[in-house]
Amino acid sequence: MSTTPTSTATETGTSRRNFLKAAGLTGAAFALGFSSADSFASPVLNLSGQPGMGLPESVELNPYILIDKSGRITLMNPRPEIGQGTYQSIPALIAEELEVSLDKVTIRQTGGETKYGGMWSQAVGGSGSVRGGYMQMRKVGASAREMLRQAASQQWAVPIEECMAENATIVHKPSGKKLTYGQLAEVAAKLPVPKEPALKDPKQFSMLGKPMPRPDVPLKVTGQATFGIDAKVPGMVYASIERCPVLGSKLVSFDASKSLKVKGVQKAVKIERVVGKNRYEGVAIIADNYWAALQGRKALSVTWDHNQFDTFNSASFENKLRDLAKTDGVQGHNTGDFEKSFADAPNKVEAFYETPMVSHSTMEPMNALAHYKPDGKVELWVSSQGGDLVRGDVAKVLNVKPDDITVHILFNGGGFGRRITQDFATEAATLSKTIGKPVKVIWTREDDTQLGPFRPMTFSAMRGALSADGKAVALQHKVISPSIDATMNETYDKTKADDTMLEGTGDQKYEIPNLNTRYVHADIHVPLTYWRSVTSSTLAFSHECFIDEMAQKAGQDPLAFRMSMLTKDSDSKRVLTKLKEVSGWDNPLPAGKGRGIAQWEFFAGLSAQVVEVSKNKTGGITVDKVYCVIDLGTVVNPDTVKAQIEGSIAMALTAATKDGITFENGQAVQKNFDANRMLRINEMPTVEVHILAEGGPTIKGVGEPGLPPFAPALANAVFAATGKRIRKLPFDLEKV
Amino acid sequence: MALVKLTINNQPHTIDVDPEMPLLWAIRDVVGLTGTKFGCGIAQCGACTVHLDGAPIRSCSYPASAAAGHKITTIEGLSKNADHPVQKAWIEHQVPQCGYCQSGQIMSAVALLKQNPKPSEEDIDTAMQGNICRCGTYERIRKAIHSASTEMASAPKMPKSTPKIGKR
Repeated sequence: MSTTPTSTATETGTSRRNFLKAAGLTGAAFALGFSSADSFASPVLNLSGQPGMGLPESVELNPYILIDKSGRITLMNPRPEIGQGTYQSIPALIAEELEVSLDKVTIRQTGGETKYGGMWSQAVGGSGSVRGGYMQMRKVGASAREMLRQAASQQWAVPIEECMAENATIVHKPSGKKLTYGQLAEVAAKLPVPKEPALKDPKQFSMLGKPMPRPDVPLKVTGQATFGIDAKVPGMVYASIERCPVLGSKLVSFDASKSLKVKGVQKAVKIERVVGKNRYEGVAIIADNYWAALQGRKALSVTWDHNQFDTFNSASFENKLRDLAKTDGVQGHNTGDFEKSFADAPNKVEAFYETPMVSHSTMEPMNALAHYKPDGKVELWVSSQGGDLVRGDVAKVLNVKPDDITVHILFNGGGFGRRITQDFATEAATLSKTIGKPVKVIWTREDDTQLGPFRPMTFSAMRGALSADGKAVALQHKVISPSIDATMNETYDKTKADDTMLEGTGDQKYEIPNLNTRYVHADIHVPLTYWRSVTSSTLAFSHECFIDEMAQKAGQDPLAFRMSMLTKDSDSKRVLTKLKEVSGWDNPLPAGKGRGIAQWEFFAGLSAQVVEVSKNKTGGITVDKVYCVIDLGTVVNPDTVKAQIEGSIAMALTAATKDGITFENGQAVQKNFDANRMLRINEMPTVEVHILAEGGPTIKGVGEPGLPPFAPALANAVFAATGKRIRKLPFDLEKV
Repeated sequence: MALVKLTINNQPHTIDVDPEMPLLWAIRDVVGLTGTKFGCGIAQCGACTVHLDGAPIRSCSYPASAAAGHKITTIEGLSKNADHPVQKAWIEHQVPQCGYCQSGQIMSAVALLKQNPKPSEEDIDTAMQGNICRCGTYERIRKAIHSASTEMASAPKMPKSTPKIGKR
């Protein structure tokens, strides 16, 4: 049995890949025909700020579709909106088959209720929402449509074949009679649920596959969208928590006498933050408003025992990683005999790559509003990547039954993996239990930047060998890094290769006969977690830059070298072929410009990019343009895909060329956006997106695959323009 | 504590707050308008941008008491029906992703266009540099500002760009 204290840690630790498969609505998620609106006993806070909406009047055709007698349709969306577009894409999958238009429905988020499935049925991560839900959500819509047709055919006593669903009505084709879904819902809900309802021919789609407007956009341009930080309930108080920036410190004592003199401050209470296996003590200042809580926190005097964690610094830790690189570690993937082929080869290349720890820095700092009620039930309003994750963690940390927890998932002001960890939610719930009032915890930007969990850094020792005629015969990618799983779970097994920390290194389609990947684990006490595209966000850099180094050694064009290793048909081959064409790869660039290429395939999907850069007259490099080809198979909303690629490139460019997180004296040096700089508008390159989607059964992820190829394509472009190899991230574009 | 008289979106509010309380928290926690966002607290990200007599300010670093007697406009005061040309352009180009920074982005863009109705790319980059978007919506922000500029000059709209879809 695992002794891991939180479900997040257990569920996210072992293998994200495995439960992302499960995230595709398996098991109990399909209790179609379910018939009670039990989860709406308390008013649901609508994402547009409108409470109520009369849901108890509605009939559930299935847990995702509610229709009231007036015909108003509510679609329940199990995937939190973090900016990736699930507020449109998931309801659209249902609505397409149900034959309703999205502007005629109300969309609500589920809150982790068990009727929607087990853990990860209502979470977002791994670019899994659309690819996981594509068939299932369509079946949700189609089965309800068939029940409505059946109800109409019974009412009219006509064959079902004559009853067609159109625009939220069933039409009897021969006579032109009509019944609205509202008129049919009550009868339809009592009918048996078709197990395998007929799905529409994609040629008949009115929404799917077309660029469609997102229903959250009007709310977001008027200030009406409700984010977690905007939630309010009567009687609530605000909290700001002083936690030690030297992670691992123990609270010895605190003196809040000055804090309590600040007008509006009510209380100071000890609080524990739970992040996987880690516990961090802190002192919460409770106040009438957030500003008073902040002033009270500033007036607080706390004595910490750093327990030697204040000696931790990045420079020493990086040296430790470089030393560990000399050890063999444990084997991940293996094909052929790397050592022998490397030893025998006439041409060898070796290089060492380094990447930094980075923060997620969602624009909405971590926060949560929780009310622990006198009857022991808990209600939360929160920006989180999973209502089920919130429920699971609050249940464990507060020892409450999951069914006694109601979660309202609001719009997330960014996620990027940070809101998979629910420490902010358990803090708010714990504080509410302690003081007996609804409490809203809001982290400062400094808290958000310094306290993690962070994306781990990875170092990579690369070795490659070429035959006399310039063919790649052997490649070894040894990853030296701390591990997400190890920092979150008690049960981490150091004797096994860490799949997450080797992500993608054994999965590229290059036909290299001797391929070996190895993992060398380095202990760290700093909590680490998933960050957009997880370890591919760093390993693609080392892997694909090194492929360029091998191409250079072979005296070949970087793209031609890659194509020479892709003789068999593969998605990677098709993506690179398309990228060659759309980027004009063979057209020479003027002097002072350069282009680089990289591709990356991993659990979330596949994309490849060409980056074009210019040498500035005053020194430094400007990123001019990025061409991206993303392989999807089937696309739901091409405009959302384009937006996700643009965002992935902005995020990758930030991580590659800005500050990252570094530690001195046990704490993160960067505290706010002045030192932990983010990309700004003047630094954004032009992005051209090409989607490969012919339809058919394949459907790949969107939110993450646009990120990994960018950094290596950029570094390869810098080499093409300047002859300088970038082997350490971040690097300063101004100082190349 | 002190009584501070604020005029927000043409509505008068008298609030009893610490005079040093930043305008941001007065607007959000006391007056109750939550469209203006908290991002950094040190005027580095622009999520809290509002207008003071039509000029953009970072409300997280501006004392509420100093705003007394001035005309404050927040995102909620921009239009009644999301029909300000900048809001319409933001919808046309589907700018927001998570949307959290967009109130501030829009307030900065409105102020830019008021001062400079026909901004160049460079003008936009300069005026909008104080607003961070972590989702990376910058290209769409540029396009939307050009669209709004055109709309405000009553010229035809720019076409919306969509990605090309081809066979794999």
